[in-house]
Amino acid sequence: MATFTRFRDHWQEQRLFLTRIIAAAVIMVILSGVLVARLVVLQIVQYERFAELSLGNRFRLEPLPPTRGLIYDRHGLVIAENLPNWELVAIAEEIDNLDGTLKQLEELGLVDAGEHKTLRDLVRSHRGFERVKLSNLTEEQAATFAVRRHRFPGVDIQEALARHYPFAEATAQAVGYVSSISLPDLERIDRSDYAATSHIGKTGIERAYEGELHGHVGFRHQVVNAQGRVLYDPVAEKEVDASEIPGMPRSRAANPGNNVVLSIDMRLQLAAQAALGESRGAIVAIDPRNGDVLALVSAPAFDPNRFAEGISKADYVALSNDEDHPLFNRTLQALYPPGSTVKPFLALTALEDESISPDKEMYCPGEYHLPNQTHKYREGRGGVHGNVNLHEAIVRSCDVFFYQLALAMGIDNVANGLKVFGFGAPTGLGIVGELSGVVPSPQWKKQQFARAEDQVWFPGETINTGVGQGYVLVTPIQLASAVATMAARGARFKPRLLIGTKDAVTGEATWIEPTALPNVEGPTAAQWQFVHDAMVGVTAEPRGTAHGAMQGTAYKVAGKTGTAQLFTVAQDEKYREADVDERLRDNGLFIAFAPAEAPRIALAVVVENGGGGARSAAPVARKVLDAYFVAEGYVARDP
Amino acid sequence: MSLGTLEWGRTSPAGRKTRSFGGLVVDVPLLVLLLLTASVGFVVLYSALGASTGLLLRQGLRFAVGLAAFFVFSQVPPRYLRMWTPWAFFLGIALLIAVAIEGEIGKGAQRWLDLGLVTFQPSELLKLAVPMMVAWFMHERPLPPTFLQMVTMTLIVMVPALMIAEQPDLGTAMLVIAAGGLAVLLAGVSVRVILGSVLLAGAAVPVLWHYMRDYQRARVFMFLNPESDPLGAGYNTIQAKIAIGSGGLFGKGWMNGTQAHLEFLPERSTDFIFAVMGEEFGLLGLLLLLTLYLALVGRGLWIASQAQDTFTRLLAGALSLTFFFYVFVNAGMVSGLLPIVGVPLPLVSAGGTSMVTLLAGFGILAAIHSHRKLLAP
Repeated sequence: MATFTRFRDHWQEQRLFLTRIIAAAVIMVILSGVLVARLVVLQIVQYERFAELSLGNRFRLEPLPPTRGLIYDRHGLVIAENLPNWELVAIAEEIDNLDGTLKQLEELGLVDAGEHKTLRDLVRSHRGFERVKLSNLTEEQAATFAVRRHRFPGVDIQEALARHYPFAEATAQAVGYVSSISLPDLERIDRSDYAATSHIGKTGIERAYEGELHGHVGFRHQVVNAQGRVLYDPVAEKEVDASEIPGMPRSRAANPGNNVVLSIDMRLQLAAQAALGESRGAIVAIDPRNGDVLALVSAPAFDPNRFAEGISKADYVALSNDEDHPLFNRTLQALYPPGSTVKPFLALTALEDESISPDKEMYCPGEYHLPNQTHKYREGRGGVHGNVNLHEAIVRSCDVFFYQLALAMGIDNVANGLKVFGFGAPTGLGIVGELSGVVPSPQWKKQQFARAEDQVWFPGETINTGVGQGYVLVTPIQLASAVATMAARGARFKPRLLIGTKDAVTGEATWIEPTALPNVEGPTAAQWQFVHDAMVGVTAEPRGTAHGAMQGTAYKVAGKTGTAQLFTVAQDEKYREADVDERLRDNGLFIAFAPAEAPRIALAVVVENGGGGARSAAPVARKVLDAYFVAEGYVARDP
Repeated sequence: MSLGTLEWGRTSPAGRKTRSFGGLVVDVPLLVLLLLTASVGFVVLYSALGASTGLLLRQGLRFAVGLAAFFVFSQVPPRYLRMWTPWAFFLGIALLIAVAIEGEIGKGAQRWLDLGLVTFQPSELLKLAVPMMVAWFMHERPLPPTFLQMVTMTLIVMVPALMIAEQPDLGTAMLVIAAGGLAVLLAGVSVRVILGSVLLAGAAVPVLWHYMRDYQRARVFMFLNPESDPLGAGYNTIQAKIAIGSGGLFGKGWMNGTQAHLEFLPERSTDFIFAVMGEEFGLLGLLLLLTLYLALVGRGLWIASQAQDTFTRLLAGALSLTFFFYVFVNAGMVSGLLPIVGVPLPLVSAGGTSMVTLLAGFGILAAIHSHRKLLAP
């Protein structure tokens, strides 16, 4: 067709064009059909799904923090509570000049100048409409800000609940504290439950019973835009409750944490803290009838409120580097040689396995030699006791007697005698960081040392163990628990701090039964009585080592003093040269239970570098016991 | 002189549906449909703009300017238009070169030409000039075109289209190709050639891929699998589908679209306004809008079928079908049928020059119809 000239056929062209137009129209209709089909699929077939997605877009679950449970002492005194607190907050998008605003706040003393950069970065790291906490304000500071508020657009005061410990230092170790949730904390919690929670129990009861105290998060629906800015609360606006739409979780109120009731007797706790005074040391008091820990004092302590409020890094470093280790819970985490406080326990075991008869006398010349050895094992506190029997050896704390007794018993019996009372294992109080202590034995030594020559057990080590020296190490809670078992004549209970919980809403209390442990069953009633009598002798007989400290008590005390050569806290301790002498002094220990005939309190007192137990620890114990019994109105004393 | 033109030349001066207003001639059905569609557009846009009267007024102003262009072009007899066609086409090419040079200096995407008072996109001019040029080229030649003529027409379409794609403005380039290509198709290219071209286009995909910018490639990926990056590039598609789908049959009601008003839907007043319409007025609203569009295209095709020479036929047909292409590409992209390309919804999306170009195109359509009797045989 290209070979000859084409001429125009208008009819032909017209028809061709019309065909094309019609074809185009048909294609157009088909494409429109496809489009409409698509719209039908989206808007009719999949309507439910997209309607739900659209709702999911606009509704956000706003988590609501649960109110943390309160902590009470056994008499209902509040130990940890939630107080309204003023917080200074910044809303970045309403602040023109963040640096300038922070400077002005610093000049007013409302914000810590040292935190300037941290706070600036913190505010900037949040989205513009979020409220970022700058600091806690006192009532006075809040007033200072309130009258100047107009000068600070984008800065506001808001009320929040903050944890408060009214007894501050007195409960620092036992109750612990809450502080901002850290990364390691996230590992041990259900994150969704903590969506609205800022603080978590870090130590002590606050940590041990976090599960009871925290409660459960609640949430409500809020309408948000694409940036997450909350536009309004649909319920408050009386709009449809999103919970009624299928597929949306129901909104619910936060479930407050349970209140917990501790075994601690706050009156006794305060008295114990006061009794220790400026000394470093620990006091643990336990009710031997059920294992209730009545007092748990570690000194020096710290103010847990500083942690709850948000402690600055510098302050925290200062606290943790303090050579007195205030953050360290001595009642559970410090290991002390028990010294002569082991003697009643060993005496009982020796009587039970008949290593000694109650009447047997030994001569104490003030020192002891192993056969064929020149090494002298001296009488700890010096002196010559002369002829002593077991009773007198306890009353007067004769080391030479117990050197020979330990040798006669053999190290395995000595070790077992201590283990049945719970030494060498954590008591299971439930607080993080409790140590197990050491009850040495040849077997223990084999495990402990790598080299064969180090693994040999020497008779001298048995001798040392017999007077609570050498390898043997105990924690104050172990010592108190063992004393409680002694007081209860073998009935053992797991020491406990939690005696009940109270539902925060209904107030309904759930009391927890004490946990009984396998009793110490070997000794006869007479043997228990023998040791009790000897311990009473310690306080009651004129030659008793604690006679002076316990004179004139209205109640009968069974006790035992202990003096231990210097310990090392389980951390490296740096001594300042100036006070090396003071810190090289012996630790004083005292264990006691009272009233001796029907014990209701068992006590372990450690005074670090206090010198002899009789001089340092026994007077402290006296004050604690007096406080306990005075409050009980105890006047009678058995003749 | 043909029998056809003789027969068609009998109509009364302005035609049955053409009214004369003080010397102005106007195609009433087109005008009414345009006004109706634009009114629907204003209603949706008011909501999409967040009830901003000021912004709506600006859109109204643009529409007014566009309407003026409609009236002006309505008055131009197609033979003058035909005479100007080569000038308009080469002016457009020249401007594209100017923009490219300016862009080279300014570093980065350059689509605008700053004329001092107003900015002007040369690519908009070519949306009209390319189909006009194709129609002009075939006007004196018998249909269907020869192979050589088809090559020439392909060049007429592809040279400006590739220049626009280089800017890079894939959406407009596509529209230019569509406008020119539809004119070529209407010129009577044989079915074999069409099929051959489709195969060739398929082979060209890798080449095209090579020339695409990263963001354009991302859009293709995203079209293939929008859920792969729900907060990134796939966000637009997902949120648009949610908006349309959650509208259901009747919609959430005017000003009640949560997707749009809570800012989940991006580009809600421009490229994605179709989704706002779907969310607030439901399937029924969208069907009404599509009906209006189809009526406009239908009127355009009717005008094309009634046109008396090759230039006006091809131009009218191409302009009408391009308008449908606009609608289909935009609605297809918003509803997830097609990849996302920057094509606004005609007469509804907020935006400047495209509105004027569009209404000028309808002006040409109206002129083609109104001036039939004046045609030389």
